[in-house]
Parts: sequence; structure tokens; C-alpha cells
Amino acid sequence: MRMVDSSDRSLLLIFGEEISVATHQDVLRLSSLLRYTPGVTNVHPAYASVLIDFDPLAIGRLQLRQAAGELHARAHAAPLDQPRTVEIPVIYGGEHGPDLEDVAAFTGLSPDDVVELHSNTDYLVYFLGFSPGFPYLGGLPESIAVPRLETPRRKVPAGSVAIGGKQTGVYPVASPGGWRIIGSTPLQLFQPDADPPTLLRMGDLVRFVPIARGAL
Amino acid sequence: MTTVQDLGRPGYAHLGISASGAADALSLRAGNLLVKNPQGAAALEMTLAGGTFEFEEPAVVALTGADFDAGIPMWTPVRVKAGEHLRCGRARSGARCYLCVRGGIQVPLVLGSASTHLLTALGGLEGRALRRGDVLEVGAVAMAGIFSRPACAPAPRAPALRVTSPDNANALCAAVWQVREDSDRMGLRLRGPVLARHTGHMLTEGVPLGAVQVPPDGQPIILFVEHQTTGGYPKAANVISADLHAVGQLRPRDPVHFEQVTIDAALALLKAQEDWLHSLV
Repeated sequence: MRMVDSSDRSLLLIFGEEISVATHQDVLRLSSLLRYTPGVTNVHPAYASVLIDFDPLAIGRLQLRQAAGELHARAHAAPLDQPRTVEIPVIYGGEHGPDLEDVAAFTGLSPDDVVELHSNTDYLVYFLGFSPGFPYLGGLPESIAVPRLETPRRKVPAGSVAIGGKQTGVYPVASPGGWRIIGSTPLQLFQPDADPPTLLRMGDLVRFVPIARGAL
Repeated sequence: MTTVQDLGRPGYAHLGISASGAADALSLRAGNLLVKNPQGAAALEMTLAGGTFEFEEPAVVALTGADFDAGIPMWTPVRVKAGEHLRCGRARSGARCYLCVRGGIQVPLVLGSASTHLLTALGGLEGRALRRGDVLEVGAVAMAGIFSRPACAPAPRAPALRVTSPDNANALCAAVWQVREDSDRMGLRLRGPVLARHTGHMLTEGVPLGAVQVPPDGQPIILFVEHQTTGGYPKAANVISADLHAVGQLRPRDPVHFEQVTIDAALALLKAQEDWLHSLV
């Protein structure tokens, strides 16, 4: 693991340049511990890195580097909880998945095949980022990877299930977006008044469950 | 545009939730100290233009940040009578003016903060900018002991935005940039020479406040208070903590230039700024 001063109030811990489950587990264990270090104000885990925001008037960066190194050594040996599997019901296609037909055409598969491939697999939540509760999911079958839209939509509705490049995810809140929407979930992935406020956690396994096909 | 802001909601970036908070946190903290509020009490952040505010009860207020032509002295506590109107106009220079009220603005807290995050419609008053007719509650506190005092000078502003970078930031610092009109609380977009593309694949990683990112079109963006917690564009440099308040005062078409400094120099400037703030008490 190497450390870089990302700013005068943030430290970037870099685990590597590749996405892997082993690296993810390192990131998961360490970022959980770091959140409780005095002086740390925010922790941003990602595929192979953790960014730590801190108050430079409360903790020095050398002190923080030392703490991060010690926690990393400790974290490596810590056991991981059994991952939870979270089922996300999805209405695929029709008005809930306006891009499903395009994805089918692009991949040469039928819409039913796209749905079957998308839903019949477990995805790993590598981390949450981009917007509240948004999961970066790993495990999209390569056969249904499709490029992003040329022109992103100005507004993707909350609950949209989409594919962008080699990634898939769910938009927890309405936002601009360039991914292709193949379905929609009625589940709320972000509830600010709930504790915790997000449905998903880093390290969860996610399974999409088709619940109805939208009318054409 | 006017929103309710405090110092934001740190502690949730691992859930994808941005800290948000005042764009010029230094001015918000100063205003709160002047009316003897906790530094992080909620206040009104006025952007480019203010509005007219009617006080139903007596209050003590302070205006800090940019001069919005309000007809009361800035940078000092001012008594307001019941029924009085405070008219804040357009910014003469700078971009944001803070109206701090003794007792703080009371709105339901979301994840521990009163700050509005406009992009996700979170917090503040119903997750949105204020509209004519909105009524805001003010916390009830004693007002004894708050008396007029000579106005303080606002925090000094350097002509350049100081940045740190693990590499050299020569190309960024060599140019003069212009703030684009489509800038907002999420990012200050800059217009100027096209910066070189970063070659190679970059994994999505966490992004700090004040990061100067370079997307594929080569036009840098200063990521600001409503920035996303993670991103995939390369970073040329990072604005120092002590100059973040200056970013919050940038207006469309303002010129911007950068100067690279060491982290030690950046921290010395931050400590000097904290000393200035505490001199207001």
C-alpha cells in the first residue's frame, strides 16, 4: 500500500491499479476502521484505494499516515463478516426500461435473454459513491456490456437499473446519467431519515429479481 | 438564489453522500461568531443576489461575505426590530453573502446537518432554494450582551488560488482561466487553454474538496462543496484549504489563476486564517 498527500486535508491510500475481490476486501476492512480515527472527517473507499479527509488542525498528516499504516496491518488479519445478499426487485423493459430494446439489438440477444443474463447472477458491491447509496457493482456478464449513451439524459428517474460500459448499477436518486436504462426498482436505495440511510453496504451481494415485464 | 447552509454533513462519504455546506465557510463561521452563535449554526447563503427578509420578532444579525448592498454595516452584529425588513440586493463584487441570525436558522436536520444539497434535494428547507413567502424559524436564545462593535475587516484574499500537487502543476499555473457561466456548487468550470490528456486507464477513486480535475475536453473543473464523493477523471492539483473561501466568492467570467505551494506553506496559511477568525470573538 502506498500513501499520497491528495491535498492539505486529505490522504490517498493506493492498493493497486486493478479491480479484484482481494483488493476490495482490503479496502473494505481498512475503510471501516479509518472512520473512527480521531481527526478523520470522511472516508471514500473505491476499487483499489481509500481517500481519507481529515482536519489538519486536529491531526497531522504524518500522524495520520502512521495510524493508517498500523490499521492496515491490523485490518489485514481481521475476519470479514459474511456478506449479505440483497434482492432488488426489478420491472424490466417497457416504460420502466426504455433502453432494453436497444441493449438487445446492440448485443444481438433477445430482450428476454438480456433480462435473464442481468438477473441470474450475484453482483458484488465494490463501494458506494457518485451519489447517495449508488452501488458500484462488479460481475456484469460481458455479453450484455454496452456503451454509454452518446448524449446523457438530463434526468434519470430514481430507481433506474442501468448498464454503462462494463458496469451496471441502480440510480438511488434522480440525476443526470449516461447509462442505458433496462428496468426500474420500486425499492428506495436512499432514505435520508432511515438508519442507516442507504439500503446497500460496501461488500453486499446484490441479486436483481424480475417481478414483472412492463407492457410495450 | 438563497439556501440554508451550515458547515455540512461530513462522515457519510462512504455511503456516497457529499458533505455539502457553505461555499464560503469562513464567512459563515465569522458571521456566527459575531452574533455569538456556535460557528456551525445554520444561516442563509445568498448567491449573486439576495432578497427581502422580514423579521417578525427582534433579532441580532450579521452580514458577512460579499457586499450585497443591504444598507446595514457588514462584518458586525446589528439589532433588527420586530417588523423590520432587511433588503439585500445584488452582489457588488464576489458571489456569496451570509445572513447569520442569533439563535441560528432552524430547519429539520438531515444526517445531522441543516445544509441544503441541491443536486439531491436534501436538507435545508425542503431540499431547495428559498422562495417568496417561505417562513423560517430562528432558535430562541438570550440576546443580552450582544452589542454593536466596530466592523471587522473581512479575511484577506490572495490574487491567485494557491494549489498543492504531488507533481508539478506548471500547465495549470501558466494560464489565466475564466469562470464559466455553467459553474455551480458542485464545480467551478474553467475556460482556457486545453490541458494535455491523461493517457491510460484511471480507476474511479475518492475525490477531495477543491480538487482541480481535468476531464477529456481539457478544461479544468474545481470540484466544490456539492461534489461527488468519487470520480474517474485525473487531477492536476488541489486548492489549499485556506483558499476554499475564495473559490466560494468566484463569479461567472471572473479571471482565475493558480500558484503552486507546498503543503507546509498551505497549512501555515490555514493556521493564520484560523487566528484571524478567532480574533473576531
